[in-house]
Amino acid sequence: MAVCTGCSLLCEDIELALKSGAIAGLKNICRKGSGHFHALFTERTKPTIDGQEVSLDQAVAEAAKILKEAKSPLLYGWSNSTLEAQKAGIDLARKLGGTIDDTSSFCQGRLMEMVLKGEIPTCTLDDVRNFADVVIFWGADPSNSHPRHLSRFSYYPRGEKRDKGYEEERNSIAIDVRKSDTARLCKYYFKVPPGGDAEFIAAVGDVLDGKVPKYGDKKKMIELGTVLRKAEFGVVFPGLGLVYSLGERMNLFSDLMAKLNGISTYKVVPMVGHYNMRGFNQLMLDETGFINQVSFKDGKISHGPEHSVVAASKSCDAALVIGSDPLSALPFGVAKSLARMPLIAIDPKRSLTTDAARVVIPSAIYGLEAGGSAIRMDGVKVQFEPVTASDLPTDEAILARIKEAI
Amino acid sequence: MVGAMEIYQLLPKTNCKKCGLPTCMAYAVGLLGKQKQIEECTPLIEDKKYEQKLKKLREVMAPILSSSETGLIIHDEKCFGCGNCVVACPVNVAADPTGSAIGLGPKSDKAILVVEDGVVKCLNPKECRRFGPNKILCSACTATCPSKAIEFA
Repeated sequence: MAVCTGCSLLCEDIELALKSGAIAGLKNICRKGSGHFHALFTERTKPTIDGQEVSLDQAVAEAAKILKEAKSPLLYGWSNSTLEAQKAGIDLARKLGGTIDDTSSFCQGRLMEMVLKGEIPTCTLDDVRNFADVVIFWGADPSNSHPRHLSRFSYYPRGEKRDKGYEEERNSIAIDVRKSDTARLCKYYFKVPPGGDAEFIAAVGDVLDGKVPKYGDKKKMIELGTVLRKAEFGVVFPGLGLVYSLGERMNLFSDLMAKLNGISTYKVVPMVGHYNMRGFNQLMLDETGFINQVSFKDGKISHGPEHSVVAASKSCDAALVIGSDPLSALPFGVAKSLARMPLIAIDPKRSLTTDAARVVIPSAIYGLEAGGSAIRMDGVKVQFEPVTASDLPTDEAILARIKEAI
Repeated sequence: MVGAMEIYQLLPKTNCKKCGLPTCMAYAVGLLGKQKQIEECTPLIEDKKYEQKLKKLREVMAPILSSSETGLIIHDEKCFGCGNCVVACPVNVAADPTGSAIGLGPKSDKAILVVEDGVVKCLNPKECRRFGPNKILCSACTATCPSKAIEFA
């Protein structure tokens, strides 16, 4: 059995057959995970400095030199690394007095902070499978982002208290700007215009209070209120659609959750994308009291938007990117600033970031060539072992060598 | 998916009974259910005026002829490998209470649907409720497919 690190579901039931070093068979894996496993054999990185191939030792030495000479280095990425590598990264940032941030600061950070700090009630995905009778996909399309979400946990499987099948015992609701592949499968679908989630939340609050909603189809909204009121165990899966739509007004969502919990039991499981984003946020919270956007300058811990990747890409003078491809994913202005500074990329696979980096250090792919532990989207720690041998060092081994060289 | 009426429109519509059935409509239903072959309609094969219709009929019948004994057609290119069909299939659930019933990969050899290399595969069509003369028109797998990657002929 192998663990798939293709997304934050960390599926543990993957049957992998290898024959002469190649994948001969993969069972129980979704198309996304299948691509992730097959990627083992394509577009791998090599140690390079300014595009010239060098030895691993030379690349590590150059990376250490860049970080040592930098006055204010940025360490960014982390969501596709194990807890062990993330811990090594936080230690390195502390030693360098640098800024550390991860993909959550541009993603689900605000919502994750509320969940980790206990401002919003949460539960595990196994609880969802066993007890949930109402599941709400809000601004999320797990059929595409986490293909096995519905079949493994949220809708179709039978559980301890839900053993009669989804038709009888589960209600599913999709709230999205378009009728996504997930919305097509749900029993109820509510269309909201982009940025219209705050008004929708107000309307849900109205129907729960027994008032006539001022928004949307009144009959459908009242029906939604009835479903929400009758739920025994409801779970909301908020995606980036909701987080981006609410922006700084996430308190509206936590207020709605408080209201729903006054009626019945409602939990929230954020739809985390990368396989260990939650792990980094949890580690940072334990070590620094903040989930991301932290600076260790002058031995002090400071937190704020000025330490996010967006601001730090302008103020920092060197960057180490690990387990992420910010040049592809982040806005052009941020990507341009990052590309202009001395950039170190630690990545098993070629990306736009590795193409633009001054130093590239190849690493082993977790779940395939290296083991470790990660935290699933619902906070459950998953341990995994390598399934194939590799000479490539792990992220934590590379970071340890850089730290030693500094 | 093509229906009996669409197939009927491509037949001679003369009710000549040469295929052994009383009407062309009955023959169309037979073709759809794979009990009849295109070659059994001799006027369609032999008469040149039906050449275009025969060509079209062969085109529309191609996916039906490639389907399994239960009529299940899998469009590999559309499948996400989400496994919704595997978990929702009542036969899989009954045969595999500790595997596909609770959302995991099938552990039983009797599972009809399994996901391999990111795409669903039909392994034991004889176990399907749609197999054989006393078939039940179950659609648990197709109803749960987010991408319409599986359908019945």
